[in-house]
Amino acid sequence: MTAATVASQRRVEPGRAGRLLSGVSADGSIDLAQHLSIWGPLPSLPPADVLDAVERSGLLGRGGAGFPTARKLRSVASGKGRPIVVANGCEGEPASAKDSVLLARTPHLVLDGIQLAARAVGADRAHLVVHTDSPVIPFVRAAIAQRRNDPIAVTLEMVPARYVASEESAIVSALNGGEALPAFTPPRPFERGVDRRPTLINNVESLAHLATIARFGPQWFAELGDPAQPGTMLVTVSGAGTDRRVAEVATGTTIGRVVSAAGLSLKHSEAVLVGGYFGCWIPTKVAQRLPLTHHAMREIGAALGAGVIAVLPPGSCGLAETARVASYLAENSARQCGPCVNGLPAIAGAMTALATGTWDEQTWPALNRWLDVVPGRGACRHPDGAARFVATALSTFAADVAMHRAGRPCTGLGASPFLPVPTRPRWAA
Amino acid sequence: MTLQLNPIRCAAHGLCADLLPERIELDEWGYPIIAAGEVPSELVAHARRAARACPTRALVLAHKA
Repeated sequence: MTAATVASQRRVEPGRAGRLLSGVSADGSIDLAQHLSIWGPLPSLPPADVLDAVERSGLLGRGGAGFPTARKLRSVASGKGRPIVVANGCEGEPASAKDSVLLARTPHLVLDGIQLAARAVGADRAHLVVHTDSPVIPFVRAAIAQRRNDPIAVTLEMVPARYVASEESAIVSALNGGEALPAFTPPRPFERGVDRRPTLINNVESLAHLATIARFGPQWFAELGDPAQPGTMLVTVSGAGTDRRVAEVATGTTIGRVVSAAGLSLKHSEAVLVGGYFGCWIPTKVAQRLPLTHHAMREIGAALGAGVIAVLPPGSCGLAETARVASYLAENSARQCGPCVNGLPAIAGAMTALATGTWDEQTWPALNRWLDVVPGRGACRHPDGAARFVATALSTFAADVAMHRAGRPCTGLGASPFLPVPTRPRWAA
Repeated sequence: MTLQLNPIRCAAHGLCADLLPERIELDEWGYPIIAAGEVPSELVAHARRAARACPTRALVLAHKA
């Protein structure tokens, strides 16, 4: 594959190598020589041209929030002091694998993106941050070592393997020599972050897209995908009997198409978890036709997040799955804010009782009250996401909730666990 | 004027809810739930007292939202 063939790809077959995943194979990491033969050299655009190209591409951040990347770049570029670029490759979300696949298989796209972002904002320092237990570390180290001619040397930094350690302000705190814990912002990192300098924190997939936009232009980028959020996106799809599969799809592709292209089926599945552990359970009938866009998700009160699509296997109990994940999220609180420290274990305990048949009907009003008062009262969004995840389980699995509350046994309890949950609390790592 | 809480500093002393029950209630773990929006002018003096009474300086009465 050459730059010309990559550029000429007008379609991306979901589940197959597309744009970012061009030349990627199931094993092995694309080295610098292969990277240059696939993609061609990185054009040395002036900063204003990089900003302009990103702006016209319409790229939205791929870390979950979907903020316009160009606006972030401009805010950092116009801040007080010399900016710093931070590439976030932590992927704290256990059900997601897309950032790890990107960093392990085609790390030079991310490293290209870091150079472009640094040029665009005028940064003189750049860090790539991953969790201490990340499987991508050797691949990233090798790739960095191959790049002797980069204007800005990228250093690999590690934060503890904890869910909330990859939150933006937690990363800033860690890079400043403190604990990797979320801060009560403001100031926002883009105003005053690492070393009190304007800090650009981008998800690694967003940066990889920068590398393709700089080469082939914003028009090429926007030929695929939804007009409101152009381009392709990486998704992580999992379902009955399969491990997480990473695919590249055009934004706006329906969940039904993404799932079948990844070789999985929605048949007999009750619900799909979209957006990961801060996301929502969506009934399969609704999810099937739902396009992967921020707009479509918001309309039904859901969130696209970082592109996690987990198809609940037939025979699994959605409430048991939710209870396990809720317990994991409770254990992974940063232990800083009262409503999260107390509320998440209460919610997780109630869900466990509901799932396992030790339910006390008096818990019902309490559970609903906790889901109502816990969100929005922490320094970070951890409690908000966890509460939303549980609340959507109660509505999507309403029929199961009624049976469990009535004390009727659930056949799904014997099913093997589906959603991945790190076994030891990541807090202890 | 609005009441803003730093949830990391808050240690559930609960004095704020005693001094400004019109705007602040406590959850079952003792942490304040603050009514959203502007503090009505007739309660501003009470709100200021509640903020000053906070032993951890978690509660602030501020001009912007």
